[in-house]
Amino acid sequence: MTTSEPALQLQDLEVVYRVRGIDRPVLRGLSFTIEKGESYGLVGESGCGKTTAAFAVMRYLARNGRVVSGSIRADGADLLGMGEAEVRRLRASTLSMVYQDPGAALNPSIRVGHQIAEVFQLMGVAKDEAFARAREILRKVQISDPAGVMRRYPHQLSGGTQQRVVIAMALASAPTLLILDEPTTGLDATVEAEVLDLVAALRQEFGTSVLFISHNLGVIRRMCERVGVLYAGRLVEEGGAETVFAEPRHPYTVGLLRCIPKGGLRKDRDRLDTIPGYLPQLGAPLPGCVFADRCGLAKEICHTDEPPFHPIGGGHFSRCHFHDKAAELPRATSPTPVMASRSSDGMPVVRLEHASKTFSHEGNQVRALVNVDLAIGAGETVGLVGESGCGKTTLARVLLGLTAPDDGSTVELAGERLAPRIVKRTPEQVRALQTVFQNPDSALNRRSSVRRIIGRALTKLVGVRGEKREERLREIASSVRFDERLLSARPVQLSGGLKQRVAIGRAFAGEPRVVVCDEPTSALDVSVQAAILNLLADLQEAEGVTYLFISHDLGVVRYLSDRIAVLYLGRLQEVGAAEAVFNAPHHPYTEALLSAVPTLEGEERPRIKLEGEIPSAADPPNGCVFHTRCPRYLGAICEEQEPPLAEVEPGHFMRCHIPVEELRRLQAEPPPPRALAQPKTTS
Amino acid sequence: MTVIEEPGAPILIPTRDEAKIARRERLRLLFRSPTFVIGLVILGFWVVCAIFGTQIAPQNPQADDILNKLAPPSGDHLFGTDRLGRDVLSRVIVGAREILIMAPLATLLGTILGTAIGLATGYYRGFADEASMRLVDALLSVPVIITALLAIVALGPTRITIILVIALVFGMIITKTVRAAVLSERELDYVQAARLRNERGPYIMVAEILPNVTGPIIVEFTVRLGYAIFTIATLAFLGFGADPSIPDWGTDISEHYPFISAGVWWAVLFASLAIASLIVAINLIADAIAQTFER
Repeated sequence: MTTSEPALQLQDLEVVYRVRGIDRPVLRGLSFTIEKGESYGLVGESGCGKTTAAFAVMRYLARNGRVVSGSIRADGADLLGMGEAEVRRLRASTLSMVYQDPGAALNPSIRVGHQIAEVFQLMGVAKDEAFARAREILRKVQISDPAGVMRRYPHQLSGGTQQRVVIAMALASAPTLLILDEPTTGLDATVEAEVLDLVAALRQEFGTSVLFISHNLGVIRRMCERVGVLYAGRLVEEGGAETVFAEPRHPYTVGLLRCIPKGGLRKDRDRLDTIPGYLPQLGAPLPGCVFADRCGLAKEICHTDEPPFHPIGGGHFSRCHFHDKAAELPRATSPTPVMASRSSDGMPVVRLEHASKTFSHEGNQVRALVNVDLAIGAGETVGLVGESGCGKTTLARVLLGLTAPDDGSTVELAGERLAPRIVKRTPEQVRALQTVFQNPDSALNRRSSVRRIIGRALTKLVGVRGEKREERLREIASSVRFDERLLSARPVQLSGGLKQRVAIGRAFAGEPRVVVCDEPTSALDVSVQAAILNLLADLQEAEGVTYLFISHDLGVVRYLSDRIAVLYLGRLQEVGAAEAVFNAPHHPYTEALLSAVPTLEGEERPRIKLEGEIPSAADPPNGCVFHTRCPRYLGAICEEQEPPLAEVEPGHFMRCHIPVEELRRLQAEPPPPRALAQPKTTS
Repeated sequence: MTVIEEPGAPILIPTRDEAKIARRERLRLLFRSPTFVIGLVILGFWVVCAIFGTQIAPQNPQADDILNKLAPPSGDHLFGTDRLGRDVLSRVIVGAREILIMAPLATLLGTILGTAIGLATGYYRGFADEASMRLVDALLSVPVIITALLAIVALGPTRITIILVIALVFGMIITKTVRAAVLSERELDYVQAARLRNERGPYIMVAEILPNVTGPIIVEFTVRLGYAIFTIATLAFLGFGADPSIPDWGTDISEHYPFISAGVWWAVLFASLAIASLIVAINLIADAIAQTFER
């Protein structure tokens, strides 16, 4: 083994999938090199070939996949020329991969300890020694109670801990190359931040090279030295991560960056740009530039001649004939926003008072929602944020009448008290409150046509039939920009973005007053997300509808919301105007949430680590529920008394013992190391 | 309303209804599966026998011939004759009718019953669900033959009794399958979306959920059909056939198996082969259908 060999080298890799007897190219001449100890990011939207590239390297291609030409060299060894046994040996020693879903990567019926020890045993280590090494590697991935974790089954661990275990197993063989395929995609921002920190720390310690695959540009920006942008199986741009994101030289990268609601973009000031059109069909012939059909700069030559990989200098390359003009890519949408900012004056359209919901779970009383008071004004957008399990969806379901709140809770619509269950509400009230679900695949009946999905809502909510209904249907389709020729299609035939448009059309069919959007864009690619966010803003402007917008993506929430409410363990921690919540002083929990998000600008705000896991809602901490993880822990008072939700500035409410001026001062500087603020008892 | 620019997107317009294409694709796959085709040919043969049996049969299956009792297979009687001198070949051909009327009828009734109960218990859950599931468990803990015998003793050995008993027992089994499918469907958001437009339970069950669980129901129907044939033949063999005057495979086997020791194998063998081939054919079809739904 020579040290001069790169950890991974792909040369003109062509991969095809055979579908219905025809070979369809998925990777088109992919070349990149990862040096020893380097971290390389591969970005691109779904379907561009990222995971295929990783699987090709691991020699895990699906049965209908085949490497047509090109070479893959790992640590100098030719991977494609190897026999099965050799590849297996390589996977055990040199290459390791961490998959997107840690729950699926672990065997649910084997204790975690056995699974990790097995990796060592395969390397020929004796059983006792293997268990000792497993404990040690768990400590390396910062699991504080390795022995306890080893005794458990995977489902007894949280998502973050599961992913740590998977990373531990991947590192067990001390690989030279670690492939991480969307390792944090299903995780909360706070957990994501921890996992990313861990990968960065381990990379320093072990000197492992990393191939990091993600659709999240912010994550790549933080984790990688160099980045390659993949589109339709071809590398369109490559360079240092900072350079590529600051001065992109390929129109696709430029477009992708413009889609992201970042750095304080707001619906009333800035309109998100989108990338027109769709990814080319799998295996479509692309004689010229792969991006030409969607590119605003494309000229004749782009459709006929494949551009070379122009060097721009400093290891920065762009596969574009007009790379020097990339920044001038015309916008696909007009830059002027259609949205006027709204303030909540007059009577609130919905109001929750002392809204609580307790679930009985295996004899425990789980308080999913505790005394939430929230009023939302007409035409206003309130963003609801918090980690998963904090009660966001329960709050939405209580409002919609899908879950009955506890006795003593009040839910009001325009001053009228609503029945707890939807079946007891008047048709008018049902019609007024609608929702857009997170996952359109689940929300749209796969056996119904689009016409029936929206049409049935029209019949039931508005009471129109026949020709009249068809007319309204076409109006709705055009208002959500859904081609009416597709009305007889079924959901499977539609792309994710089109499906979400149908779901939005259905929600707006009855001219609702309030629409609850529960993570409506989290299943979508960024360019599609931008189009959907624009659509939601347009519809709000046109219909004057009120949104309760739930999302874990703080950039998205900030873009769309007038006010933001932060939930933790079912309790409101902070409510206020969007900009007030996003700028200091904010609640320590909000502060931690914000600092966990990797930004594209790469501004290094002092990272605040949230230690530990969210306490169980069945047994919440005394006093301030956040005190067990609070980076600004004050003292005994936090453990003894729950602070009130006090108005610290006009319209800005916060539940914290620390005086707001003190918070303002504290948040201007980095937080103290957590060790100093460790509460006496932790369970 | 404001005019909003739409990114000029080429959209693939479906020329035909995708569901029809999917259905056609599934049929195409079925007909390419050899097990399905073989099963269908055998089943088709017996269906033809059931419909046109009396016309096809070379002789009158009921005609006694005292002089030719228990004659071995020969040119006159290809499958030989039985204890009353009746032509076995004709009896096997005509005997298809009885079982091919009763079994599908019983299975169809059972499927309807099971689907209805499965949808309701799976959708509403709660106490009624728990109670009915325990009742089903209790009913299923007794072998179907015993339940059927009890019912026949109590209600008399009529066709209706046999059909109803089989429909009830198989209905319970199908209930469990349908209920399991409904339990996972009802968690999907489209059911919540239906509630959010004021749909009532029966509509949600029938118009929203049912179309999504037809796959398991069809598979269950074909599998149960095979069992129903077996159960009806067994009852006839035990002497509980609906009507002794009608040619029936199970009855014929039960009447002739004492003669096997005397070397008279033909009267039993051909009726047994008939039952076996029909059940195998239906199971081949059931397997092929289940596979296409699993894709």
